Amino acid sequence: MAKTPKIALIGNPNAGKSSLFNSLTGLNQKTGNFPGVTMEKLTGIWELEPKRPVEILDLPGIYSIYPKSIDEELVINILGDPEHPDFPDMAIVVADASNLKRNLLLFSQVRDLGIPTVLALNMIDVAENEGYVINSIKLARELNVEVAEVNAKKGIGLNGLKLAVVKTLANRYASNDALPLPVAEDLIQEVQAKFGDGETYRSLLWLMEHDRMKMFSTQQRETFDAIQIKYHFSSKKYQSEETVKRYEQITEVVDRCVINLNRQWDAAPVRTWTDRLDKFFLHPVGGYVFFLAILFVMFQAIFTWATYPMDAIDGGVAMLNDWLKGVLPDSALTALLTDGLIAGIGGVLIFIPQIAFLFLFISLLEETGYMSRVMFIMDKLMRRFGLNGKSVVPLISGVACAVPAIMSTRSIGSWKDRLITILVTPLMSCSARLPIYTVLIALVVPENKALFGLFNLQGVALFGLYLLGFFMALVSAWVMKVILKAKEKSYFIMELPTYKGPRFKHVAMTIFNSVNAFVFEAGKIIVAISIVLWVLASYGPGDKIAQSEARVRQDNPTLQGVKLQNKISAEKLENSYAGLFGHFVEPVIRPLGYDWKIGIALITSFAAREVFVGTMSTIYSMGGEVDDENATIKNRMRAEINPLTGKPMYDAALGFSLLIFYAFAMQCMSTLATTYRETKSWKYPLIQFGYMTALAYLSAFAVYQLLS
Amino acid sequence: MANLADLKIGEKGEIVGFTDELLSLKLLEMGCLPGTEVVLTHLAPFGDPIAIRVSGSYTLSMRREEAETMLIKRT
Repeated sequence: MAKTPKIALIGNPNAGKSSLFNSLTGLNQKTGNFPGVTMEKLTGIWELEPKRPVEILDLPGIYSIYPKSIDEELVINILGDPEHPDFPDMAIVVADASNLKRNLLLFSQVRDLGIPTVLALNMIDVAENEGYVINSIKLARELNVEVAEVNAKKGIGLNGLKLAVVKTLANRYASNDALPLPVAEDLIQEVQAKFGDGETYRSLLWLMEHDRMKMFSTQQRETFDAIQIKYHFSSKKYQSEETVKRYEQITEVVDRCVINLNRQWDAAPVRTWTDRLDKFFLHPVGGYVFFLAILFVMFQAIFTWATYPMDAIDGGVAMLNDWLKGVLPDSALTALLTDGLIAGIGGVLIFIPQIAFLFLFISLLEETGYMSRVMFIMDKLMRRFGLNGKSVVPLISGVACAVPAIMSTRSIGSWKDRLITILVTPLMSCSARLPIYTVLIALVVPENKALFGLFNLQGVALFGLYLLGFFMALVSAWVMKVILKAKEKSYFIMELPTYKGPRFKHVAMTIFNSVNAFVFEAGKIIVAISIVLWVLASYGPGDKIAQSEARVRQDNPTLQGVKLQNKISAEKLENSYAGLFGHFVEPVIRPLGYDWKIGIALITSFAAREVFVGTMSTIYSMGGEVDDENATIKNRMRAEINPLTGKPMYDAALGFSLLIFYAFAMQCMSTLATTYRETKSWKYPLIQFGYMTALAYLSAFAVYQLLS
Repeated sequence: MANLADLKIGEKGEIVGFTDELLSLKLLEMGCLPGTEVVLTHLAPFGDPIAIRVSGSYTLSMRREEAETMLIKRT
């Protein structure tokens, strides 16, 4: 059987490429990774004819074959290298008919690379509304390719596209040896003599862009450089002249194939919806007000609406665990399954509602075209701190959860700006810090006091912590801007697309893919760490743990019920490996005011900071009803006496020291796993962990020493 | 000679050239060719970035420093 043909989808950003991809493949999609690149690879199966599937590969949107950023390099690495595993048998170039000339530039380059190409004309309705009538039959003849008119969003014209693809696959492509502009006579011959025969334009592409192509060795690159020098060939000059030349040819073709009714009737240009909306969204005052209103609704959704499914997941996991504990024999294996594995999986699942809500909003904003307006009005502010307009979205998302926030940095084109955004986003106070803030603030900030007789002091403290996180993110970004070297120049030349109604199917798929990626990729690592932590907290050297129960019963003959159980758990924890580690780290955290008990909490909350409150309640072995759990933790912690001073342990100095520590510390396995996933390197999660821990330690140290 | 950043909202110009080779490559590919008509349509708060309409077909935004590399003739 013949192998499934591969078809690459290529096009300008916003030309309707992903709409077409979704219309063609439906749910037959899968995400993977391109080897060695930080980019998601989206492929899908399209049934060309019954029993004749083709594989569709969705490539990132580009304006030209010559890459301007690392993300765009991927396209020439595939299209320029016939040996590449993803090299397509043919290409479909999706073109926005309302902006035909600019879209045809890319088309002409792809065709000249010798890849059989079909032109899919999308958004013809938009072009017609603006007064342009396109003769696509004439266009096909002029360009010498199959042209199909499609409406990618509605899925209209797919049969015509099928026909065009079938015809193109059947015909041997007549290779086009002409170059857009002539070069020195022997230049191409020399390249081909050294690097093999092939399309003339491809050989020229190799010569010009060899530095960005992974297929060449350092030695081969030197050979290319030598050829360039020998023939006095300047890539930039050629590319600039080539673009001008191509536009000249395209203009001639378009003038013959497109009728401009506006010109014929001398009508005034149409005032579109986009113009009207931009008057408001880009307004110096109104634009910000609207943006803040959107943020407000988004936070409402993430903090209020998401609570219900999160509680349900939490309850469901607890119920499952209780049921399993009741059914299965009381053994170490059962404990590993319930408290280790299932609790770990529960810790992953609980994030799903927030991730889903966040991506619902973000994809709606992106789909409609509003997101690029936010970047436009925020760029100047963010740039001062080494970020860019596109960093706004991840920073905002970080207040809910850093995991989806880091995933949303993919839209940032410049690698340096994206990396800085990824590294500082976890400093935004996420929802997992909220329970810790609540408990500690209640301990150290007086309850019934008001600031200026207006604001509740505890509320002000909480708000202050959120501001502090944002402020520290900006400062850290600024420091990294100075330290990190940019491999590429950051620029902001960006299309502001027309506003469009969202494609709900696409929104749903974005949510599904994001949740899916999180659960399976980050989830694996979180579950593994949870199991390790459980083992460390359940086992200890020698038989001290085994004897804990007897020892507690002996020392506290009057204790009974829940209180006895809690005391036993605390004793066991102290003698576990985790407990030993708590004692071990005590000298290090002593300057911050912490003892070994807080040390255990710091260690157990390494995987997920929300574990802090639970660990504290185990350590301080308190019982009590579930519904006033927090009050009990507070009372217990308030009653704790510092053995060194004889005064209450949780004074202002310790409380604020802990608050600052938790505000800055990187205590979230999920985030580190996501940083690894998004940067494809352990280097960056390590840097992130290192600088945030250092920041947390030093700040907490300063606060404790100043206040005590 | 005037550059794109000199335009006020609603003013038109015709592109005559570029002063930065690398940026000019990007701008050319985006359809900003010599002879193309551009209109300044939006200014972000603090006057940076800016947005222009390129030959009546689409809206392009860029930073002020990038706009300064595009030479224009007022029309």
